Amino acid sequence: MSKAPNSKEWPLWEVFVRAKNGLSHRHAGSVHAADSKMALEAARDTYTRRMEGVSLWVVPSNAITASDPRDADELFAPAEDKIYRHPSFYVIPEGIKNI
Amino acid sequence: MYTTELDKQQKSAAPIAEDPEKLARFEARVAADDFIEPNDWMPEAYRKTLVRQISQHAHSEIVGMLPEGNWITRAPSLRRKAVLLAKVQDEGGHGLYLYCAAETLGTSREEMIEALHSGRAKYSTIFNYPTLTWADIGAIGWLVDGAAIMNQVPLQRTSYGPYARAMVRICKEESFHQRQGFEIMMVLAKGSAAQKRMAQDALNRWWWPSLMMFGPPDDNSPNSAQSMRWRIKRETNDQIRQRFVDATVPQAEAIGLTVPDPALKWNEERGAYDFGEIDWAEFYAVVKGEGAVAKERVAARVKAWEDGKWVRDAAQAHATKHSMKAAAE
Amino acid sequence: MRSELALRLGDDGLILGQNLSAWCGHAPMLELDLSLSNIALDLIGQATLFLGLAGDADDLAFRRDVLDFKNCLLVEQPNGDFAQTIARQFLFSNWQEPMLRDLAAKGEPAFAAIAAKSVKEVAYHARFASEWIVRLGDGTEESRTRLIKGLDWMWRFVDELFEGEHAALRPEWDARIDSALREAGLERPAARRGIVGGREGHHSEHLGHLLSEMQFLQRAYPGAAW
Repeated sequence: MSKAPNSKEWPLWEVFVRAKNGLSHRHAGSVHAADSKMALEAARDTYTRRMEGVSLWVVPSNAITASDPRDADELFAPAEDKIYRHPSFYVIPEGIKNI
Repeated sequence: MYTTELDKQQKSAAPIAEDPEKLARFEARVAADDFIEPNDWMPEAYRKTLVRQISQHAHSEIVGMLPEGNWITRAPSLRRKAVLLAKVQDEGGHGLYLYCAAETLGTSREEMIEALHSGRAKYSTIFNYPTLTWADIGAIGWLVDGAAIMNQVPLQRTSYGPYARAMVRICKEESFHQRQGFEIMMVLAKGSAAQKRMAQDALNRWWWPSLMMFGPPDDNSPNSAQSMRWRIKRETNDQIRQRFVDATVPQAEAIGLTVPDPALKWNEERGAYDFGEIDWAEFYAVVKGEGAVAKERVAARVKAWEDGKWVRDAAQAHATKHSMKAAAE
Repeated sequence: MRSELALRLGDDGLILGQNLSAWCGHAPMLELDLSLSNIALDLIGQATLFLGLAGDADDLAFRRDVLDFKNCLLVEQPNGDFAQTIARQFLFSNWQEPMLRDLAAKGEPAFAAIAAKSVKEVAYHARFASEWIVRLGDGTEESRTRLIKGLDWMWRFVDELFEGEHAALRPEWDARIDSALREAGLERPAARRGIVGGREGHHSEHLGHLLSEMQFLQRAYPGAAW
């Protein structure tokens, strides 16, 4: 990214919206804003114009740490030999409900 | 529609040699309908093509605010005024989603805007036509948004995640845009003789430019094959253009307006409309920057940006002062 | 009396909404374009509802001439630069919010219902404008200068807001205004004799031009449906 060090551009913020109580916040997109109050208002005006939310979070984009996709195997794939974490490993006799 | 076809004048750079194993894995993912996310490995050509396409799509939305914005203060009823303002605001919002999607690929809002203002970046040439009467607002909603929707729906499954998600959001909001335009035309076509004339005149001026929105004929699109393989482009220009004609002609007939194409004829064998030859000389002239109000459009965007600089600077200065104060406490 | 009130409330919203809508496509930043348009939409929505209590809203909006418009002079002042627009919004919304709150609590049911819905929107307008007063007042030298000019322009029309029973709203308005100005490091503009007359149909020169533009189509094609 080629941005001049003293660029006057407003920083980027990521926006998370909780559509209704009971649901988690979901990433909706981003906005540029100079400060957090503005970011919240921009997020409201951009991502909840059609009443799509009860709660907004805005986070400076550079405060977010992302996992490296190359580490995906390590972080996310279940280790081949640890299959006991999967419910399918356990045989439940028929007739037992709610499990 | 917003693609490299608009940049026909630019020579493509020599292709970078990519790691063949990484490239093969990438191609396989895309072919399997998987989504590519911001930090994933991607060929440089893919990144470049996407930055250009997404940012040009964004520029189109922003410039697109101007022809319709031209009539907000003159809308002929309170309802029309509110609906038009909401529509133009939506377009601004769409531009915003798309600029943000493009930024995930390593460019900045400021860079993209600079490219637009300098003329390096293009935008959909339809917006370089003027809005002369209120009926133009109807024609734009009906035809231009109609054409855009046909292009956008398939892009909801484009390969790049942020672009696809922006398209989903845009498509959801787009539904009322075309309907309000058609409704305007319908009311005018059923109205007084002067209104009917206004509507027909607008259709006469906006029909062919709308067909041109889909881009050059398929035999003239060099980058198409790669873009299709990478799921950046989902269908050929001619395919979508034909679908647009087939959907729209009956709509015009239903409200008693005549499509300005003497060669237009239903072809029973094909199950589609045959239509006349597009004036490609006009298309390329407009792409080159000779559209009737191209200068006005860019000038308006440049003015807004430059006139607003002191505002952006002030907000930034204020934020800096206060974060320094907070840090000192 | 009832229709007089409906016209005042409706015309305030309509004229200010009309002015704000001119920013669409031209704001300093895309995010701001959306914010200003949102405010314009809210105001036009309110105007439509309030005018509807006095008659046919479109008829009233598009076929009255200046002498019959009852908006305050503040809302018809031109946009100028962003600072002037913010100054106008700041002074107006910080009056409109408590005014609507009172109307929601004590007004006739039809008015109270509209006011109750509108006051939430206007609370946001007031907050938005007040925050920008601080950003511009305590931003750069240029933004401060422009804002001082903008506030000075608009200050002439403040007294009119507090005519008649609205005088009771003044202390709260003063407190809100002074709080934001203090945070922005600004002084109140110099006191002066307020210009009034809008509520009686005696407007500034700006309103005629605004109406010419707004009403053109309906006047050029009388009786047409749109």
